[in-house]
Amino acid sequence: MPKQLIIDGKPIEVEDGITLIQACEQAGVEIPRFCYHERLSIAGNCRMCLVEVAGMPKPVASCAMGVNDLPPNKDGSPKVISTRSPMVKKAREGVMEFLLINHPLDCPICDQGGECDLQDQAMAYGVGGSRYAENKRAVDEKYLGPLIKTFMTRCIQCTRCVRYMTEVAGVEELGAIGRGEDMEITTYLERGMMSEMSANVVDLCPVGALTHRPWAFAARPWELRKTESIDVMDAVGSAIRVDTRGREVVRILPRNNDAVNEEWISDKTRHVADGLRTQRLDRPYIRKNGRLEPAGWDEALSLVAAKLKSARPERIGAIAGDLAGAEEMFALKDLLARLGSKNVECRQDGAKLDPKLGRAGYLFNSTIEGIEQADAILLIGANPRLEAAVLNARIRKRWRQGGLTVGLIGEKVALTYAYEYLGAGPQTLKEVLDGKQSFAGVLRDAKRPMVIVGAGAAARADGAGVLAAAAKIALLACEGKEGGWNGFNILHTAASRAAGLDLGFVAEREGLFGDLDVVYLLGADELDMTKLGKAFVAYQGSHGDAGAHRADVILPGAAYTEKSATYVSTEGRAQVTSKAAFAPGDAKDDWAIVRALSAHAGQTLPYDSLPALRAAMYKVAPALARLDAVEPAGIKGVEALAARGGALGTEAFGPAVRDFYLTNPVARASAVMAELSALKKSYDQGTTGTHG
Amino acid sequence: MPRSSASGIVLRDRDNLALGPYKGAATPVSQRRGKHNLMAVRRLDPNQPASFAFTPENAAWAKETIAKYPPGKQASAVIPLLWRAQEQNGGWLTEPALRVVADMLGMAYIRVYEIATFYTMFQLSPVGKKAHVQVCGTTPCMLRGAEALVEVCKRRIHPEPHHLSKDGDFSWEEVECMGTCANAPMVQVWKDTYEDLTPELLEKVLDGFASGKPVKPGSQTGRQASCPAGGPTTLKEFAKAGK
Repeated sequence: MPKQLIIDGKPIEVEDGITLIQACEQAGVEIPRFCYHERLSIAGNCRMCLVEVAGMPKPVASCAMGVNDLPPNKDGSPKVISTRSPMVKKAREGVMEFLLINHPLDCPICDQGGECDLQDQAMAYGVGGSRYAENKRAVDEKYLGPLIKTFMTRCIQCTRCVRYMTEVAGVEELGAIGRGEDMEITTYLERGMMSEMSANVVDLCPVGALTHRPWAFAARPWELRKTESIDVMDAVGSAIRVDTRGREVVRILPRNNDAVNEEWISDKTRHVADGLRTQRLDRPYIRKNGRLEPAGWDEALSLVAAKLKSARPERIGAIAGDLAGAEEMFALKDLLARLGSKNVECRQDGAKLDPKLGRAGYLFNSTIEGIEQADAILLIGANPRLEAAVLNARIRKRWRQGGLTVGLIGEKVALTYAYEYLGAGPQTLKEVLDGKQSFAGVLRDAKRPMVIVGAGAAARADGAGVLAAAAKIALLACEGKEGGWNGFNILHTAASRAAGLDLGFVAEREGLFGDLDVVYLLGADELDMTKLGKAFVAYQGSHGDAGAHRADVILPGAAYTEKSATYVSTEGRAQVTSKAAFAPGDAKDDWAIVRALSAHAGQTLPYDSLPALRAAMYKVAPALARLDAVEPAGIKGVEALAARGGALGTEAFGPAVRDFYLTNPVARASAVMAELSALKKSYDQGTTGTHG
Repeated sequence: MPRSSASGIVLRDRDNLALGPYKGAATPVSQRRGKHNLMAVRRLDPNQPASFAFTPENAAWAKETIAKYPPGKQASAVIPLLWRAQEQNGGWLTEPALRVVADMLGMAYIRVYEIATFYTMFQLSPVGKKAHVQVCGTTPCMLRGAEALVEVCKRRIHPEPHHLSKDGDFSWEEVECMGTCANAPMVQVWKDTYEDLTPELLEKVLDGFASGKPVKPGSQTGRQASCPAGGPTTLKEFAKAGK
């Protein structure tokens, strides 16, 4: 039943069961707050959100008061709530004065300055002087790992960080010890926090108690140019904001996107920023006498063009890497087609996914938002915690609500929710398919069952068989379920993969890699380079990684923060990154390099601007044109995948991601990621900490 | 009421009147924190043993205690278990004990650490072998002379709370309300309370522990529970008849 309220003289009807602070927000009134956060549980301990409710003797903490709990007026008239009355102002000023008693007011040397809730609200509710002549409390700094710098004296004990780590990240490591004036936020014996999503606590911190260690004291927020973009560290497509100063990316922060990442991003997404500055390819190189030597664009492009033209068309090929944008893949495929070759491949890992079977066969069809409706999830050879940390947080969110059963076939790993361990390999998969496993019943009885196949499982030699079995299980489970629920999901780990499949950037024959004379690597680094044999290798990319080391010619491209490129997330959502900074040195936009190469090769591509290229691309892959939206892919692709069949092996499922922090060339160039990776290893081996 | 200054800036009452003149921090450091230095920061002791294990009897008791709570709610047993661990360990909780209890209940270590540092009933550093004196310093006891009891502890045991006396037999601390306000002032030693104290009576209580012949817990002036001191003031006939 909707509830009538009068907020600041304005009558408003709000839905049942919300809190007063939400009702005020719906009425267009901003309520100051520190501890309240809509994605976390309610603590009600900062008292900043006090409002006056007519008939109640004391000011009310609006975050902790449900509209249903407001006692009705005797005559049945709506409750009158004031958020700007003298009583409210006095109460909030009192709260602010208490908060500032022990706050150091060191804003000039605080990294939070300029984006600090306490600073902002002190402008509105702070008083001119202090009545507190005693010493302020001082708190020792805490070690919370390499990402989070602490200034615990600034902490106002809102406990947002504690609630976030416990509820969202699912890692119970942070807590508030002591009581009263001696309360401190810390981990157990100051062990560094080990979560893939720990740095979000810094965004949540309303003061400067927790700040980002990697870019400490690097810049003031008002000096930075903010560009909204999309993350490519995994295939989730998290919304990010890239903050730059001059040419340099200073930091990466999350943006809100309820359909994808809510407002969280993984530590890799955020702190890979320093990897954008190191190991960069900033000029073309040509290998002469076994050594890579700097060259000019003209020279490099001419050499590649000559090699492409001189080789037999069926002996040239292109491989796209995990971070390649759709535009450059489209242009490259187009160029190779004009040269007479169909040898293009975006499945570096050898995934047995085939776009010809239909889009549903390679997407996360239930969508990330759909996870919140799921009541049974079967994970097949997937570790969502490492392969898509933000998506894993969504599963945990659903799990915490209760009524979700998760089953896992594959490696026994620590996820952030309880699961039923079914088995290690395809044998178990077959048992589920044949209904011999009890989990088959769970899936059948579920209203919204989901089957999630990891990228690692799809890339195995028996990948086709695994995919067919998973598709059959999903089809059986979804049969007769209302609303056309599609429970078949592929969890990609590469940002470029879904777009590559959409564009048909796949080879028609097996064993392509060893069979080429000229190979064009479009940022392909997750590849066994020895497979390429004695081929002439051109590498186009942003970082000096495996591909560049093998290359005979290097064409320096732009990283994802330096170009506008389309990426399709694992759920099939096409999103476009923005150019936040310029590529270093002579490096160029990737599509422009392919376009320039086409001119050198005498096969000039018929588009000379990004819009023209996109217009041509949208004709080939219309799905890419529907930006920011997920279009249901239907069920046909899943049926085709099931029908394709394939034998099942016996080997146990392995993970697609072994080291979360070092999955791509940008991350491997980052010193922060290297430190995290080493720390994680040492914790796993129990050489530090107390768990060993 | 807001009023305008000569420059046209609206000044609020608080800026001028309510706060009074701004006082610089001129108080000597030693005096500034006042009585707060008596409530010592509760943190783990720097010297910790390597391990902790419940005795077989206590382990069996713990198993029974955990079974009292419904499945999935085992964490409810954390306080009884911590207290038993403290008793077994001579009155204080060690860091390994926190982990042992956490592991028994499937709790994160930090959650148990939070609890152990929150409650004054848990001691995190060694306490006196014969008595750990917890002096209530909350308002009713303070008004009835708790500060004089603290002075006795400072003189007889150690000038600072949470420190052992020279012989290692005694330690003391100030705690908040122990719920015996009608018999203020009071101290608690282990599980018993000693009420209606004066400095002299507290000395007797301490003497009792020192000599190994503890005095009887409860009121030290001989009154029954929290009946009026000096005998009944109403219903005297009934009281007489009762005798």
